[in-house]
Amino acid sequence: MIGKSVIRKEAWDKVTGAAKYTNDYVTPGTLHARLVTSPYAHANIQAIDIEKALSVPGVRAIVTGEGLPLTGEDLLDRPPIAFEKVRYHGEVVAVVVADTLVQAEKAANLVRITYEPLPVVGSPREALKEGAPLIHEQLGSYQKGRGIYPEPNTNIAHRTKIRKGNMEKGWAESDVVVEASFSFSPSDHAAMETRCATAEILPDGYIIIYASSQSPFMIKKLISSYFGEDVGKVIVHTPLVGGAYGGKTPVQLELLAYLASKAVGGRKVSVWNTREDDIITSPVHIGLEATVKLGCTNDGYLKAAEILYLFDGGAYSDKAIDVSRAGAVDCTGPYHIENVWCDSLCVYTNHPYACPFRGFGHGELSFAIERTMDLLAEKLQMDRLELRMKNAICPGHTTPTQVLLNNSNVGNLPKCIERLRELIHWDDWQRIEIDARTVRAKGVSCIWKTSTVDTDASSGAILTFNPNGSINLISGVVEIGTGTKTILAQILAEKMKMDIKDIHVKMEVDTQTTPEHWKTVASRGTFMAGRAVLKAADDAIRQLKEIASIVLRASVEDLEVGYGKVFLRDDPAIYVNIKDIAYGYKYPNGNAIGGQIIGRGNYILRHLTYLDKETGAGKPGPEWTVGAQAVEIEFDKRDYTYKIIRAVSVIDIGKVLNEKAAIGQVMGAMSMGLSWASRETFLFDRYERVLNPQLRTYRLLRFGEHPEYIVEFVETPQIDAPYGARGAGEHGLIGMPSALANALSVAAEVPLNELPLVPELIWRKKKGEHHGSI
Amino acid sequence: MATTQQCEMLLTVNGEAHSVIARPADTLLFVLRNKLRLTGAKPGCLNGDCGACTVLIDGGPIKSCMMLAIETVGKTITTIEGLKHSPIQQAFVEHFAFQCGYCTPGFIMNAHALTEKYPDASDDVIQEWLESNICRCTSYREIEQAVKSVLLKKHRND
Repeated sequence: MIGKSVIRKEAWDKVTGAAKYTNDYVTPGTLHARLVTSPYAHANIQAIDIEKALSVPGVRAIVTGEGLPLTGEDLLDRPPIAFEKVRYHGEVVAVVVADTLVQAEKAANLVRITYEPLPVVGSPREALKEGAPLIHEQLGSYQKGRGIYPEPNTNIAHRTKIRKGNMEKGWAESDVVVEASFSFSPSDHAAMETRCATAEILPDGYIIIYASSQSPFMIKKLISSYFGEDVGKVIVHTPLVGGAYGGKTPVQLELLAYLASKAVGGRKVSVWNTREDDIITSPVHIGLEATVKLGCTNDGYLKAAEILYLFDGGAYSDKAIDVSRAGAVDCTGPYHIENVWCDSLCVYTNHPYACPFRGFGHGELSFAIERTMDLLAEKLQMDRLELRMKNAICPGHTTPTQVLLNNSNVGNLPKCIERLRELIHWDDWQRIEIDARTVRAKGVSCIWKTSTVDTDASSGAILTFNPNGSINLISGVVEIGTGTKTILAQILAEKMKMDIKDIHVKMEVDTQTTPEHWKTVASRGTFMAGRAVLKAADDAIRQLKEIASIVLRASVEDLEVGYGKVFLRDDPAIYVNIKDIAYGYKYPNGNAIGGQIIGRGNYILRHLTYLDKETGAGKPGPEWTVGAQAVEIEFDKRDYTYKIIRAVSVIDIGKVLNEKAAIGQVMGAMSMGLSWASRETFLFDRYERVLNPQLRTYRLLRFGEHPEYIVEFVETPQIDAPYGARGAGEHGLIGMPSALANALSVAAEVPLNELPLVPELIWRKKKGEHHGSI
Repeated sequence: MATTQQCEMLLTVNGEAHSVIARPADTLLFVLRNKLRLTGAKPGCLNGDCGACTVLIDGGPIKSCMMLAIETVGKTITTIEGLKHSPIQQAFVEHFAFQCGYCTPGFIMNAHALTEKYPDASDDVIQEWLESNICRCTSYREIEQAVKSVLLKKHRND
C-alpha cells in the first residue's frame, strides 16, 4: 500500500461535477455581500455616505469599520474593515448586504467615500528611509504575541536576528567575497476558486460558518477571541478547497461574513470574492528586497554570510511576520556556514498585505542565495554544482538557528546533487550556442526547508467502524488538492492490513465533529495527521484485541489484527472477523460485549522552541527536506524571449507514500515556481495602485507553455515520520526562480537579480538601466 | 426596477427541458448554478479568462460566464453533470490530471469536445484548445497525457 499510486478518494467526485466547494453550498434565501474597496493605497477616510446605497431595493445592511476590534495572528494591527484610514489599494471600507448579488453590487457602487490621499510607501527600502510616511502610527500600542518585536515609530513590524559564529573570523578566513542585491514585488496565489465564506448566527447563539480555508480551526479560535464569542458555539465547515497554496491560511472574509450576518439579525450571508477582490483585497504573495554577501576560501568553502532580507509585508503584518522569520531560520540556503549574520525584517508598505505562499519564504530567500552562489562560482571560476556540493549541509552541521543536524532531521543533499548532475547531463555542457541567435543554458539551485509552525501545533484523528468492518477516517486536514486524505487512508490501510476501498474518508472538516488539525499548511499534513492516524489505529487495534481475546479465549498478547480479522499469531485459522466485533460481539444466546470501535489518536510537535531574540538560536521545526533542481532554457539573443525546455527536481522525500501523487505535488509546485519567476508580479503605478488585478493582465502559465518535467526522489527516512516520509508539498517550487534566473543569466551573459524574468527585464539589463524608462 | 425584471426561458440541459425564471441579463453560468443548482461549472473570473465555467453548447465549448442564459434557448447545453463515463473523465482520473479539482469540470468539457471533434488533433490544435483554461495545481503535463491517451485510444479503435 505504501508507495502505490492510489487514486485519490475524491477523484470521481472531481471529474463528474459532484465535488462541492464553499460557494456551491449557497442556498436559496442566503443574502449576498459585496465589498466596497479603497481606490487609494494610503489615504484618510474623511466621510462615508451610505444613504443613497441604502435606498437600493433589496439592501439589508451596510457595515463599516467603526467600533471593530483590531485583528491579526501575531500582531493585532488590522481592522477587519478599514477605519479612519486605508493602507492599501483594495482594502475593504464597507460591506453591503442585499438579497441578491446584483442589488449588492449596485448599492456598493453608490457608497460615497471621501478620501484624503496620503504619501505612499512603495517598497521596503523606501519604508525604512528616514522620514518615510508611517503606515501604522500606533504600532507601539498594538497587542502582540510572544516573540514578536515591532519597532514603534518605524515601518518595521518585526525583526528576526541570526547571530551565529564570529563574523570577523569568517571574513578573515574568506579569500573571495561577493555581494549582490535582489528584489521582486508582491504577486498573487491565484487559486482558481476565489475565497468565499458564509456565516449564519442561530437564535441560540451558535455561529455557523462555511469557509474556503486552510485554517477552519483558527477561524473558530479567532472569532471567539476577537468578538468574545463562546468558542464552542463557533462551528466552521470547510468542504473541498479549490486551491490554496498558503493564500487561504489567513482569516479575512470569515470575519466579514460574521459581521455582516450580525448586521442582518443572524441571517445567512455569503461573502464571495470577485477575481479582482481576490487578487488585491485578500492577502497576497510576499515581495522581497535582499542583500547577500558571501565569503569563501580560494577552494570554495563558505566561511561567512551576511544577509539582509526586507520582506514586503504590505499594509498589515498578518502571517508576513512568520514568513520573514522563516526566511531567517533557513537564511543561508542548504549550506554549511559557521559564521552567519542575518537580519530578516517584515516591513510595512502600502501594498496589499502578504500571507504565506507555497514555500513560506523559501522560494524568496532561495532566489537571493542561489543567485549569489552562482556569482560566487563565477568569481571563483568554479563549477556551479561543485561549489554547491562542497558546501552542502549534512548531518553534524548546524543550521543558522544552531540546530545540530543528524541523519533523521535532514535529508541527503549530496545524493540529490549527484543525481541531478546525471539527470541534466551537467558535465556534457552548460551553455551552448545553437546558431547565431539561439543559446541553450542550464541553471541549478539547491533547496531546503523546515516548517516554522507553532511550537504546540497538533493534529487529531478519529476512526469509527462500520458494521461490515470498514472504517471511517476523520481528520482535520483540509483537502486543498494535495491528496493528503488519500495518503492518510493509505497509511491506515497499511497499518490495519486492509483494503483501502474499505476506508471511507470524510473529506469535509466540521470543527464540531472533526478533531483539530492546527492548519493545513507547511507540508505538515502527512507527518502530523499521519502520526495521529497511526496512534488512532493502535487504539482501535487494542480495542479489537480486547474483545477478540474474550471471544477467542486467548490473551491479547497472542493476537494480531489484519485482513479483516483478529487472529492467533501462531494459528491464524483461529480468528474472529472484525465485522463481528466492530459493533460489539453477540453470543448465540443474545448476550453482547463491547460496542462500536472508535479509535482516537493525536500528535503534537515536540521540542520546538521560540527563537532567541538576539541570536535567533532555537529549534523552529521538526526536520529539513532538501533537494537539488535545474532548469534548461533556450534563449533568443535577438528579441530576449526564451523557452523553458526542461525542469528537473531531485528531492529527498524520506519515503514515497504515493508515487504519482508525490510527483504531481512536485511538478505542480515547479510549474507554479516557473510561472511566478517568468511572468507573475503586481504592476504598481506611482500611487501604489495595482494595475493588473485580473487573470488576463496578471498572466499565469498556460497549457502549452509547460516544459518537460523530470522528478526523482531520494529516500532518507525521517525516523519519527509515518514510514519515514518528509514534507514535500512546497519544495518543488523553492528552487525554480533561482534556477531559471541562473540559466538565463548564463545565456544572456548578464546578472539577472530581479523577478519576474520577462524579456523586457533581460533587455533592460543588457542595454543598461538608463533605458529602463522606455 | 429594470434590472430585476424576470422572464421565463426554456433551456435544454443535459437532455432535460427546464423552464427557468431569470433576468435577460443573467449569464448562463449564473442560471446553471443558482437556478438549476448545477454547480459543476465553476466561477473563476466571470471574465472569460480562466475557463473553469466551460460547458458545451451544441457540442462546442463555451465559457458560460460569457454567454447570457437567454441566448441558449433552443440550443443543447451539456454540463459536467451530463457527462457520464466518458473516456476523458477516466483518463483524468488515471493520469492524476487534477489536484484541487476546481478547474477540472471546465478542462474536461473543453477536452471532451476536442477529442470528439478532432480525434487526430496535433499538438498545436491541442494547445490552441486547452490554453483557454487555467489549472493552478498541476503542471499541465498530466492533463496533456490524459488528453493524448484518449486521442490514442480513438485512433486505435478507428
